Amino acid sequence: MPTVPIDLDIYPDEEALLQGLLKGERDACACMLKRYAPRVYAVALRMMGDPDEAEEVLQETFISACKHIHTFEGRSALNTWLHRITVNAALMRLRKRKGLEVSLDAPVETLDGDDIPRQIADWAFAPDDHALDAEIRQVLEEAIAQLPDSMRTVFVLREIEGYNTEETAQMLGISVSAAKVRLHRARLRLRELLTPYFSERAKRGQKS
Amino acid sequence: MTVRHSSENCVEVLSQLNDYVDGELDLALCKDLEQHLAECDDCRVVLDTLEKTVLLVQQLHQAEPELPKEVESRLFAVLKLDDYLSS
Repeated sequence: MPTVPIDLDIYPDEEALLQGLLKGERDACACMLKRYAPRVYAVALRMMGDPDEAEEVLQETFISACKHIHTFEGRSALNTWLHRITVNAALMRLRKRKGLEVSLDAPVETLDGDDIPRQIADWAFAPDDHALDAEIRQVLEEAIAQLPDSMRTVFVLREIEGYNTEETAQMLGISVSAAKVRLHRARLRLRELLTPYFSERAKRGQKS
Repeated sequence: MTVRHSSENCVEVLSQLNDYVDGELDLALCKDLEQHLAECDDCRVVLDTLEKTVLLVQQLHQAEPELPKEVESRLFAVLKLDDYLSS
């Protein structure tokens, strides 16, 4: 099959792209993938913590978006709409893994012994001084992927994707207080996971 | 790397640290917490590195996302749009 390069300029703005999608234009579909797939994949990867499942979420999201584009009412940006489909597809899969929701008679979630900081070392590192370089980015993504599902989902939605605590709790079907505790635990856990790397990095910096 | 065991006060402070970082801790509790921080090196380090963790993650959101080439190819193929990608 001959290659048709995508001319992203055919659709100068979102409105034009949307009109193309509604008319079922293949160019518009390809253009939507080019523009939004990287962001959708990033969200899927962080939610799932697994590249294979993230790819399935990515594909499901765009299959669903193409199929349901006529239901998009334009009340939010296309980006936001796609984001919502991605998060829902990811949550659907995560629910099958269990451990996300809690029954109503489950004990109130609190910090426990596992959350007490063990790695106590200065990072000698100021985030402001560094644009996120590729190495730090990878270390961060790997640490996030290591969080248990229950913490990672709250953490990603609340901290990275910018939903507030109430929205996060509602999406996950948990109480607001449980969402708060899970965010707290996730942050502490991440801090713990990142400390060996950053304290080593500080030592490396002193030697060079 | 030092491994130390936190005192009861440290555990109490730990449970309030998140609200403190988010600026949501009650003012009176803030004062108690800051008093403890002034005296406890370990908790100061924990707070400092926790704040850095939060800042780093916020930067992650700004970072330009990357889609591996092969993942992109398979996505275009699933949607029968692979003729748009150069081989």
